[in-house]
Amino acid sequence: MSGNMNLTLKVWRQKNSNAKGELVDFKVNDISPDMSFLEMFDVLNERLVSENTDPIAFDHDCREGICGMCSMFIDGRPHGPKDGITTCQLHMRSFKDGDTITVEPWRAQAFPVIKDLVVDRTAFDRIIAAGGYISVNTGNAQDANCLPISKDNADESFAAAACIGCGACVATCKNASAMLFVSAKVSQLALLPQGEPEKQSRVLNMVAQMDAEGFGSCTNTGACEAECPKGISLSNIARMNREYLGAQFCSEK
Amino acid sequence: MNWVTKTFTSSIGQKFIMAITGLFLISFLLVHCFLNALIFFNDGGKIFDKGAEFMATNPIIRVVEIVLFAGLLLHIIRAYLLMNKNNKSRPVKYAVQNGKANSKWYSRSMGLLGTLLLMFLIVHLKHFWVVSRFTDEISSGKETLFNEMKEVFENPMVIVVYTLAMFSLAYHLMHGFQSAFQTLGFNHKKYTPLIKSLGLMFSIIIPLIFALMPLAMHFNFIK
Repeated sequence: MSGNMNLTLKVWRQKNSNAKGELVDFKVNDISPDMSFLEMFDVLNERLVSENTDPIAFDHDCREGICGMCSMFIDGRPHGPKDGITTCQLHMRSFKDGDTITVEPWRAQAFPVIKDLVVDRTAFDRIIAAGGYISVNTGNAQDANCLPISKDNADESFAAAACIGCGACVATCKNASAMLFVSAKVSQLALLPQGEPEKQSRVLNMVAQMDAEGFGSCTNTGACEAECPKGISLSNIARMNREYLGAQFCSEK
Repeated sequence: MNWVTKTFTSSIGQKFIMAITGLFLISFLLVHCFLNALIFFNDGGKIFDKGAEFMATNPIIRVVEIVLFAGLLLHIIRAYLLMNKNNKSRPVKYAVQNGKANSKWYSRSMGLLGTLLLMFLIVHLKHFWVVSRFTDEISSGKETLFNEMKEVFENPMVIVVYTLAMFSLAYHLMHGFQSAFQTLGFNHKKYTPLIKSLGLMFSIIIPLIFALMPLAMHFNFIK
């Protein structure tokens, strides 16, 4: 079809977590500009399977931009060149015929490569398990006005809760820092009355786990906020710093 | 681990140290800049040398000087430890990383800019601090600090080094000033824009005034 593209992909191939990986060149031809980036990988993988070659492993699930599974570092940016979207929402019309596209996995000590473009993000799960919850059942939805929450706090909490835990913030950060992710999770609970009673122990435990996982520290470059597909704000990081320092200096423990 | 150790070994606690010492060094820059700007009275260094003598003899300033060096060392050592740790947080680097798409180059180069400043600082301390503190040239009245400045700034290489160093300082401050407030948790809809513009102004004006000093002396605008 006219308008279809021929592209060169440089894709990270790595057999398993212990193997040494390398960038491998693949030619893909006749790619429709209406395909998503992952569909282009599907086309390539079908060809690789038909050629009896190992298909390229990559994470994906909902392909609607809400699950946080897809995780490709495309031409030096997590989720590719467009702002505010995940890889699955990136379409081939964002590229030009003849382009060479480099695709790498998220790179962080805390996100070891499992295979090819798939990385192990259970470090995030362990951070959540360290305190990203409310310990008691908060019950059914309250009667209106029974539990007053200011609109501003509700909005900010909701904005922080939009984090899908994809790890783009870690991937793009020059220090592989997880501050944006952790601060979003700390904020969404700290801003609401249900999360308030545990907010000190929560921030202390989650930051301790974040450090134990080997993520770097925050230089405030703002790269995470710029690349976040959900637009999580840097103000969450300031809030977490506040909560953390406040809890360390003022809590009785 | 007690809570103090725990706080200051955590990633946030280490950044807290960077922010506090950074802001302290910013306050030092302000004092240093305005005292040195006394040379612009262009009175053969009379007022400037009076200021220099006060700084050299006042006991409170002597104590603050020790705090200043402690803060400086803490800022430098902590920075290199953090850089080392952050480097280890990504053992395998990206083949392609498009940093300029999402952040300012100087925010990603604080280590490099800081290292350039450290190198400058060694030269700068040797030029003036060592001479005024560890030789008796100035205290004995044989020489004034103003004349010392004139002498040092005769060398064109010194002018180049000092001017380039002030560019490093400007970019280091452009990120550092506002970043320190964010690290301390100070992010507010009303005040953050103010801090950011104040920081930008500070990062341009202070290094500019500093850079003008050797230039003005070298080209004999100040006699």
